[in-house]
Amino acid sequence: MSEITIKDIIKPENIVYEKTSLMTDKSLSYCPGCGHGTTHRLVMEVLEELGQENDTIGVAPVGCSVLAYEFMNIDMQEAAHGRAPAVATAIKRLWPDKIVFTYQGDGDLAAIGTAETIHACNRGEKIVIVFINNGIYGMTGGQMAPTTLPGMKTSTSPYGRDVNSMGNPLKITELIAQLPGTYYVSRQAVHTPSAVRKAKKAIKKAFQNQLDDKPGLSFVEVVSNCNSGWKMEPVASNVWMEENMFPYYELGDIKLEGNLL
Amino acid sequence: MMKQSKTNKMGELRLMKGNEAFAEAAIRAGVDGYFGYPITPQSEVIEYLMAEKPHERTGMVVLQAESEVASINMLYGGGGSGKKVMTSSSSPGISLMQEGLSYMAGGEVPCVVANVVRGGPGLGDIQPAQSDYFQSVKGGGHGDYRLPVLAPSSVQEMSDFVPIAYELAFRYRTPVLIISDGLIGQMMEKVELFDQMPRLTDEEINELYPWATNGKPKGKKRRVITSLDLDPYKLEKHNFKLQSKYKTIEAEEVRCEIIECEDADYIIIAYGSSARISQKAIQLAREEGLKVGLLRPITLWPFPKKPINELVEKGVKGILSVEMSAGQMVEDVKLAVRERTKVEHFGRYGGVIHSPEEVLEALKNQIIGD
Amino acid sequence: MTEEIIIAGFGGQGVLSMGKIIAYSGIMQNQEVSWFPAYGPEMRGGTANVTVILSDERISSPTLTAYDTAIILNQQSMDKFESTVKPGGILIYDPNGISKHPTRTDINIYTIEGARIAAEMGNTKIFNMVVLGGYLEVKPLVKLDNVIKGLKKSLHERYHKLIPLNEDAINMGMRNVKKTA
Ligand SMILES: Cc1ncc(C[n+]2csc(CCOP(=O)(O)OP(=O)(O)O)c2C)c(N)n1
Ligand code: SF4
Ligand SMILES: [Mg+2]
Repeated sequence: MSEITIKDIIKPENIVYEKTSLMTDKSLSYCPGCGHGTTHRLVMEVLEELGQENDTIGVAPVGCSVLAYEFMNIDMQEAAHGRAPAVATAIKRLWPDKIVFTYQGDGDLAAIGTAETIHACNRGEKIVIVFINNGIYGMTGGQMAPTTLPGMKTSTSPYGRDVNSMGNPLKITELIAQLPGTYYVSRQAVHTPSAVRKAKKAIKKAFQNQLDDKPGLSFVEVVSNCNSGWKMEPVASNVWMEENMFPYYELGDIKLEGNLL
Repeated sequence: MMKQSKTNKMGELRLMKGNEAFAEAAIRAGVDGYFGYPITPQSEVIEYLMAEKPHERTGMVVLQAESEVASINMLYGGGGSGKKVMTSSSSPGISLMQEGLSYMAGGEVPCVVANVVRGGPGLGDIQPAQSDYFQSVKGGGHGDYRLPVLAPSSVQEMSDFVPIAYELAFRYRTPVLIISDGLIGQMMEKVELFDQMPRLTDEEINELYPWATNGKPKGKKRRVITSLDLDPYKLEKHNFKLQSKYKTIEAEEVRCEIIECEDADYIIIAYGSSARISQKAIQLAREEGLKVGLLRPITLWPFPKKPINELVEKGVKGILSVEMSAGQMVEDVKLAVRERTKVEHFGRYGGVIHSPEEVLEALKNQIIGD
Repeated sequence: MTEEIIIAGFGGQGVLSMGKIIAYSGIMQNQEVSWFPAYGPEMRGGTANVTVILSDERISSPTLTAYDTAIILNQQSMDKFESTVKPGGILIYDPNGISKHPTRTDINIYTIEGARIAAEMGNTKIFNMVVLGGYLEVKPLVKLDNVIKGLKKSLHERYHKLIPLNEDAINMGMRNVKKTA
């Protein structure tokens, strides 16, 4: 039997997975194993599947995903720290037939941008918010986030988060789910193939809601690792996430069609 | 020197507050979206807009935001998508907007922001002041940038300057400030309104502003609005581009009004409401036989250095910078004059309006002497 | 011609709207006008005042320290503004509720019993129109039909039926204004 080379394998008939054209060819700036990259891809796949590449405006945050616009091959704006929901509000109000989304980390969405987040949700802006909760400020080197777990060590909680002086982790997703302005609220993860499939379904539902002009905002949280910030190997960080983050931030839909579950 | 805007007027006269004329002008100028947060002395702007239902008149969107921080970032989003967007506020609110303005200067996002200035610092009071001059003309937020600043001195100009501001904003892709104060915002005068201008259609926006992010055009490259570039050399290059744009604005867009300066021995330089008060002061001065003229900067940035220079070269004997501040514009006057003649500042501040008599008194004491 | 007026009294006496009607009347006869109210904390304690200027020329300062005419409707305003009338100028006031009457001899002082007349006419709301009538009699700078046109402009359509009543009030004011000795 003659030897099989890589050239024999890379053939159109053998393709089982293709990178969506809505991701640019630029290599991702994220740490290997980080959930940001996977989530970017899911958002772009969904937009491609829904045929919305020419009708979507995305808003990038300040955080590790500040450069999301380098990777997402659609019209994008880069917002100031925490202000993406305000930026998206105006775009959607002024271009009501377009699809508008924000992509934000926990510091961006639940600390500096809390007011913008809550008010965009409360007004029921017909946008999608994709929220990456990694319990830490990844971009700036691992400081405590509003979502940092009790006792969790970060560079600004070096002895562990003391909830008495530093407050409790903020379940912003449960909080905004209480608002009549949110239509769909879900919490997902992207650390295993099955989690990725579920997360993609949730993200697709969120965008489908906007396409269908459903009354209110669709919000998908992705609980994600930050192996650099958590100072762990990627695999270990996923195990730690399952054991520590998921019990606190339970996965699954929280609000469907405007009704709390 | 005053350039004409492209508006038509059918002689529609109204008695309006400055704030109301500004709001009505926004509708008529074809503004697509107003986003604002109430603050005295300019809340009439959003109140007027809400009452007028501009959505029914022109399709204009009006939204009360949760804060000035949100308002200015709404302008970032809307302006970045090619729409004519606007906000208005007063001093404390404008301070909150500085981050957003800096991002818009960096991302080259057009918009119009009105500041109806009140006394400061801090919460200050709600009376007229001109103490936000530094903040307006020197940049205001972080980074190397300037914003064109228009200073109306009448209710008529509160209306007329709206379309001019949009021309500048889109020609140069920059936020433009319109700075007035509680006096001009709250007073009523006769205004001749300009005729309704159509809002741009989405197709027109796409044709005119290929940079606008409103959905990647089929078969073309996608667009990005950002102020970020982590490569210092690239960011420096971007800054070169901004600086050359500012040079062009300085060369092309200076506006000022010169009143009774032909024979003047002394000049008052004043903008906005101080210019109105100073105009009365020069009347009083001339009644006493003193030859005093008024130079009124209409653009505070770019500052009318050249016209000032011309007056200095004609040999004026002294200049009084009259502003309702502790002395801010006077620094720019001094830069233009370069010690060739005497320059002094006079003004009441903290919300106190100086009277024409006080201005004349100061002119006599500080400039004319005995 | 330039006429610089201060109107001052309690909030609710129609001080600002009287000023507005004068300003609108000026517009109706092609004059330049300005109307600048005291606003904010200055209005606390219930006082209100507005500076109105009518002129054939471009108006310079919309705020002033001396006036051709002062229309004074309460004691606080009398205390504050009597001294600001230019020599030879006019002070018109409603003696109702005034305890310290004006004492200047270098100005022309008139009284108009606005509150009493309005009450007699059965509508205290037209008080400011009676006073306006007094002013128009003393200083007929704006023509009555321009005032009526101005009224129409400044009143919402649903109040236009009240215009004849306002006109009566102005006429009553014109007939009842008195020069003090
Ligand atoms: C006004 C302002 N304050 C602070 C910062 C610094 N900063 C940049 S990103 C960031 C936190 C980002 O954390 P998060 O939103 O959780 O994103 P992650 O990097 O974890 O994805 C901070 C504090 C900034 N850019 N702007
Ligand atoms: S620092 Fe954390 S969040 Fe940022 S890219 Fe690395 S792993 Fe991801
Ligand atoms: Mg984070």
